[in-house]
Amino acid sequence: MFDQRFSIDGARHLLAQGEISSRELVSFFTERTERWNPGLRAYVWQDSQSALDAANVCDEQRASGHALPPLHGIPIAIKDILCTRSGPTTCGSKMLEQFVSPYDAHVVERLHAAGAILIGKTNLDEFAMGGSTESSVFGPSHNPWDLSRTCGGSSGGSAASVAAALAPAAIGTDTGGSIRQPAAFCGVCGIKPTYGRVSRYGLVAYGSSLDVAGVFAHTATDMSIVLQAIAGHDPRDSTSLTAPVPSYSEALRAPPKPIRIGIVREHLDSPGLDPELRDALLQAIEVYRSMGATIVEVPLPHSQYCIPTYYIIAPCEASSNLARYDGAHFGFRAPSRRSSGVSTDTPLDAMYQSTRTQGFGEEVKRRILLGTYALSAGYYDAYYVKALRVRRLIRQDYDAAFASVDVLLGPTTPTPAFRLGEKLNDPLQMYLEDLFTVGANLAGIPAVSIPVGQSKAGLPLGMQLQAPALHEGTLLAVAQAYQTETGYSPSIPSAYAATDA
Amino acid sequence: MNDLQLPFRIVIGLEVHVQLATQTKLFCRCSTLFGQPPNTQVCPVCLGLPGALPVLNQSAIGLAARVGSALHCELASFTKWDRKNYFYPDLPKGYQTSQYDLPICMGGYLEIPSSPDPSQGTAPSVLKRIRLVRAHLEEDAGKSMHDERSRTADTRIDLNRAGTPLLEIVTEPDLSSAAEAKEFLSELRLMMVYLGVTDGNMQEGSLRADANVNLHFQRGPETLATPIVEIKNLNSFRAVERAIHFEVDRQQREFLRTGLVKGKAPKQTRGWDEALGQTELQREKEEEADYRYFPCPDLVPVVLSQQQKDTAERESLDAPARYRDLLIATHHLKDSDTEILVQQGRTTVAYFLSMVNAGAAAKRACSWMLQDVLRYLNDRNRTILDYPVAAQTLASLLSAIESGRIDTSQAKQALTQLLEHPDWTVDAAIDSLGIVRVESDAMEALCIELLAENPDVIEKVRAGNTKAVAALVGQAKKRNRNADPRVIQEICLRKISEL
Repeated sequence: MFDQRFSIDGARHLLAQGEISSRELVSFFTERTERWNPGLRAYVWQDSQSALDAANVCDEQRASGHALPPLHGIPIAIKDILCTRSGPTTCGSKMLEQFVSPYDAHVVERLHAAGAILIGKTNLDEFAMGGSTESSVFGPSHNPWDLSRTCGGSSGGSAASVAAALAPAAIGTDTGGSIRQPAAFCGVCGIKPTYGRVSRYGLVAYGSSLDVAGVFAHTATDMSIVLQAIAGHDPRDSTSLTAPVPSYSEALRAPPKPIRIGIVREHLDSPGLDPELRDALLQAIEVYRSMGATIVEVPLPHSQYCIPTYYIIAPCEASSNLARYDGAHFGFRAPSRRSSGVSTDTPLDAMYQSTRTQGFGEEVKRRILLGTYALSAGYYDAYYVKALRVRRLIRQDYDAAFASVDVLLGPTTPTPAFRLGEKLNDPLQMYLEDLFTVGANLAGIPAVSIPVGQSKAGLPLGMQLQAPALHEGTLLAVAQAYQTETGYSPSIPSAYAATDA
Repeated sequence: MNDLQLPFRIVIGLEVHVQLATQTKLFCRCSTLFGQPPNTQVCPVCLGLPGALPVLNQSAIGLAARVGSALHCELASFTKWDRKNYFYPDLPKGYQTSQYDLPICMGGYLEIPSSPDPSQGTAPSVLKRIRLVRAHLEEDAGKSMHDERSRTADTRIDLNRAGTPLLEIVTEPDLSSAAEAKEFLSELRLMMVYLGVTDGNMQEGSLRADANVNLHFQRGPETLATPIVEIKNLNSFRAVERAIHFEVDRQQREFLRTGLVKGKAPKQTRGWDEALGQTELQREKEEEADYRYFPCPDLVPVVLSQQQKDTAERESLDAPARYRDLLIATHHLKDSDTEILVQQGRTTVAYFLSMVNAGAAAKRACSWMLQDVLRYLNDRNRTILDYPVAAQTLASLLSAIESGRIDTSQAKQALTQLLEHPDWTVDAAIDSLGIVRVESDAMEALCIELLAENPDVIEKVRAGNTKAVAALVGQAKKRNRNADPRVIQEICLRKISEL
């Protein structure tokens, strides 16, 4: 049974009716978290007392009868790569294990302004580099549907927190699929907005031209409420878009128009695609067709180059973005030691080397090396410049596709959640997880992943919808149409469904 | 020919960093004020904290375009930002945001008075055109302060300066002597100050230069170039001149000793030690450091509109050349006097022009500027903005001399009064000296009286000694202290010739 308190829309209703107080709502989730988080490791930091204090304030405000903002009194979890003044901002790295940001990220400011209560910070792959949260210095998060499996990554903790109902919604970030893949693995909804729709100010950079913050929730409606709160122009981010933010709830209320859905044959026929997942997608296509949608096959001729392009551009940007973690000014610094004995090594070089050797994990170091190599003199044109050219072609593919369809429908991931440890020693296999998701990041377009059933083994299956830039409203409406048509009700793994403490 | 007598040319190129006089830093809103307590003018952006993002300060673009326009550069319509990646403790992000392949200014030149070269027979007044490669914007790094006293030799970092906008101006290797290099810098600084793009304060690092120096020896038809040496951080004109002199001697000795030419020895970076008066090896590199430049994904490219270019063009007119022309061609000042005025800066020139506009004769105004105004200011280490007497007031004082109302020495006394009482009018100052205007009839009568009493003076003048009338001036003054010595002499000479 899906408790009303598990969703934002439900909780809002209960709060408005006076059936529950914000304090009760927050303690409901903090108690659940105390009980379940040790086994899931969805959160890496929590401060129940601060959350309860904030809830008390909310309850007083509600009692005073003032008009209340849209997320008033509702707890929300935040991926620990967004800067918050309360609690540490670790990025899942030893490098920032003790780091406390002196400022709040734009997204956090907006959530506060919307009345939301920060309930905790969630686990992630180190600096958002990975697809399983296994590169986190805190250890991996576990998938609530099967603890032996990954909840995906890099925003795995956020996905797990929503999937196990330890928070009604969570903020994640998506550079190559880091919201959509964990959403698919954990059976929740996730939206990656258009690049620049949500300010990156205070989002610790991984791949600056790809990073964007987005939302995990149980329904299209819940995603729309949170996205509405965090989207919009921010002058502190030069790449933030100035276009006004439409009303997403209106987009959801608008009567469904006959939509044109594009499918990419090579993706659906991809040999690596799990057969159960393929069947679920084909059924979803039929659902849309029965609703009057037109199904059109469209080509994305350069999609085979998405992974190599992404794994040049993102590491190149990362190699520069992560240069600031050198032990000099903040974060981890390795205890001083004698220089390595290499004659050119100064004590400063030795400090840099040992700090970065000890402070970063394997995956982060791998990507820094990849990016440093690809930007080096003599390789720059062959790698980085070429990758930028291919990126332009990939964008043009999407432009061409969206000339004839409203959304693209396909798999979010090739398979359901894999086992923890399964791909740890095979980075290439791990990178292929991003096969269907990185295209949207390279093109800067919005995309969602929504649950599309379960495998026979009881693992969630995810469907990805992509739309042209700034068409988040379309995506949410198309996602909701599916959920309405199929009578979708969010489900919580039975182990976590109990609502009595 | 013995190598010791080989003739050689000196080849110098400069890289000049000009700190632009914006109120705030290039990519954040922190103040650029100099001399504040360490690490007090910082924010998440210029500290390079996780999650912080740069936002361009548009006024730096305007200042850079103004400079580019004044230096005859081609202003880029489209320019972008690149990251220059390297590790150093005063560079908190681990990269410097700079401009790599699309700088805001390309080409251009600056003309300087050519240093006299006896072998070429160049006259000193000929202008030499120093070509520029480019000028680009970048952010400054912080400052490392090495604490030598502490036993652990700590280094302290002050990031107040980190993120301050710099314009890096790169010349072609067109300079051929230490004196020319100094002249170039001096002229460049003057221009920047006139354009209001920098305070030009070299002690505070507002203008810093690196010099690339080598020698071209001529052995018959063959040119032998010594390895290029980059001398870092020359923070005064004197340092530039001395460092290049030192380096030329050093390279000459080195070449004669080793015969090593460019390409056979690594490029050196040497630091100038002001105290020791020598350059010292900092590093040798076989190849260029790899900074892994790539476009900064956090910033959007800058598009310079025609309107911005027009504005830059208009603002660039306020360069020294304009005022030199005006003073020499319109006001007929001597070249040397013009140069003194122009070197004082735009406000000094403006003061002079205000005097002329208020009716002062240009030459007299100039001589008073040089002898009185500037001396007063220099003695007190003040600028023209602090000068107590307004240009219009000084102009009317000079007009009083012109009209014969007072003489020069009285005017100087009146000026002293005005300096003490800046609110006084010229009339009040003259009155305070007890000077009243003497009617010319009274003067004529006085002179007739004096000549009658001093026939010997008449004799001497008739014998050709006109200076003898000076003897009458003292007597005239005794009888009428307002008598103008010049007028007395004039009248007496006229009367003698009429007798």
